[in-house]
Amino acid sequence: MTILEILEFGFMQRALISGIAVAAICSAIGLFLVLRKHSLFGDAMSHVAFGGLSIGLFLNLYPIWTAYAFTIIAALGITKMTDSIKIPPDSSVAILLSSGLAVGIVLISLSGGFSLDLFSFLFGSILLISTQDTITIVFLSIAILAIIAIMYRRLMYITFDEKQASVSGINVKLANYIFIVLAAITVVTSIRLVGVLLISALIVLPNITAILFGKGFKKTAIISTGIAIASVVSGIVISYFANIAPAGAIVLTGVAIFLCTIITRNIRKSIRPIKITEPYLHNRSQE
Amino acid sequence: MLNMTSASPIVEIDHLSYWYDSSFLTLDNISFRMEQGDLLGIIGPNGAGKTTLFSCILGILTDYRGTVKLFGKEILKNRKALLSEVGYVPQHASIEQSFPANIEEIISFGLLGSIGKYSRSYAKDQVLKAMQIVGLTDKKNKRFNELSSGQQQRVLIAKAMVHNPRLLILDEPTSGIDQETQDRFYELIRKLNAEEKISIILSSHDLDAVSKLANKVACINRKMHFHGDAKDFFGDENMLKTYYESAMQTHLRLHQFNTKSNSQQLPST
Repeated sequence: MTILEILEFGFMQRALISGIAVAAICSAIGLFLVLRKHSLFGDAMSHVAFGGLSIGLFLNLYPIWTAYAFTIIAALGITKMTDSIKIPPDSSVAILLSSGLAVGIVLISLSGGFSLDLFSFLFGSILLISTQDTITIVFLSIAILAIIAIMYRRLMYITFDEKQASVSGINVKLANYIFIVLAAITVVTSIRLVGVLLISALIVLPNITAILFGKGFKKTAIISTGIAIASVVSGIVISYFANIAPAGAIVLTGVAIFLCTIITRNIRKSIRPIKITEPYLHNRSQE
Repeated sequence: MLNMTSASPIVEIDHLSYWYDSSFLTLDNISFRMEQGDLLGIIGPNGAGKTTLFSCILGILTDYRGTVKLFGKEILKNRKALLSEVGYVPQHASIEQSFPANIEEIISFGLLGSIGKYSRSYAKDQVLKAMQIVGLTDKKNKRFNELSSGQQQRVLIAKAMVHNPRLLILDEPTSGIDQETQDRFYELIRKLNAEEKISIILSSHDLDAVSKLANKVACINRKMHFHGDAKDFFGDENMLKTYYESAMQTHLRLHQFNTKSNSQQLPST
């Protein structure tokens, strides 16, 4: 079976379309999170989303919608709290992560253990992505990317220097709240594909790799998106042929690209000719 | 659009007082005016309230007593419009060195926020002009962390003046920079004031530089100790003696405040 032949399967088409959309939003949101040194924020959000999913399953509601609501409320709440009582960012991540997980565990124990649905959310499942899910993921991804495109210069300035951005007349507080809502929506939207436990890798890895290329902001964003899409598409295809979990394959592909970039960078550095400065040449000629 | 006539003083501060943490008097009844074209040197020891004064001028701090006017309008009532006429370079820009933005991108940040919408070609022209003024045209594709500290400071100046401000505020811009770079930097400040007609407020501990650059001096140490022509300040030995004595007093005052704060915060053992 060739790569083209697997596209004949409906579930693969849905997985690849959703995967490309998710890759684009994760890398766009992730670039700002990584540069703000909030890499683990995605992880914390995904654990809150786990709590939200559990609420949905417990109350017999569509779990993705309860996850959206719970995650957005929690993200706004913790941002407000961090602003008003000055909690360090790493502590707010710890609070989010543990409380989200705790809500999930309590509700799971009340409902008598893990269901198949919850398991698929934990580790991701391309088989369970329906046509309706695909439409929702694509629609939300376009909306997120459009808002990021409108705000990206402001977000970039705030990320560069929050105080100076404020002096320039940018409404930093409002921009931060909008960004945090977009990050929460991105995490929940991506859960179907890579699962609660691996979502932060898709947010962090492409961006860390892209930053290693040492380019400007626009080029870094483009490289990051390319790496994220390549990781997702390759991961899904590899998982099909190797019969392994897609989420794991996606993340491991991302790790492989990251390691290859570091190795290539180090090799290029070691073979780069040493520049001999003029004073040194001058001294040599005098000898 | 605000009606900011050129006849209005650039900065007009009247009986300004500010209490840090609602208890520590940082600025005590400060009043002064700065006219169009002035290069005002603000001197004072560490903890004298220079950065607090700038925060009030820029409307970052709002809970002060007194009035602060820029171009004849109160900053707190017209902050967004007034800041479009101001460029600011903070004392310690909290910039992540590995930030993946090139110089062109960083300078263009100065066009965001209060100045409203602008075309792509206008932005490009303005950024190029700012790079030419600070002498960084050949570095436009370099990343911030690839530049020396002096070049980084020039990037921040270019960013602060890319939108053609009438007032540039520089808060100790040369701290941590070697003497040769400082000299080149001061030459740039002189050029911006003389050729680009930008009014400048420069706070610095470098009295020698302020004496050479500024036409007006404000010596503050919580209170205004002197405000007037630079030659009057630097030509008077008693003024300089008073400056150094007051610097010593501030050091002691800050030490007492910090000791008191620490003893209140730390649990007794």
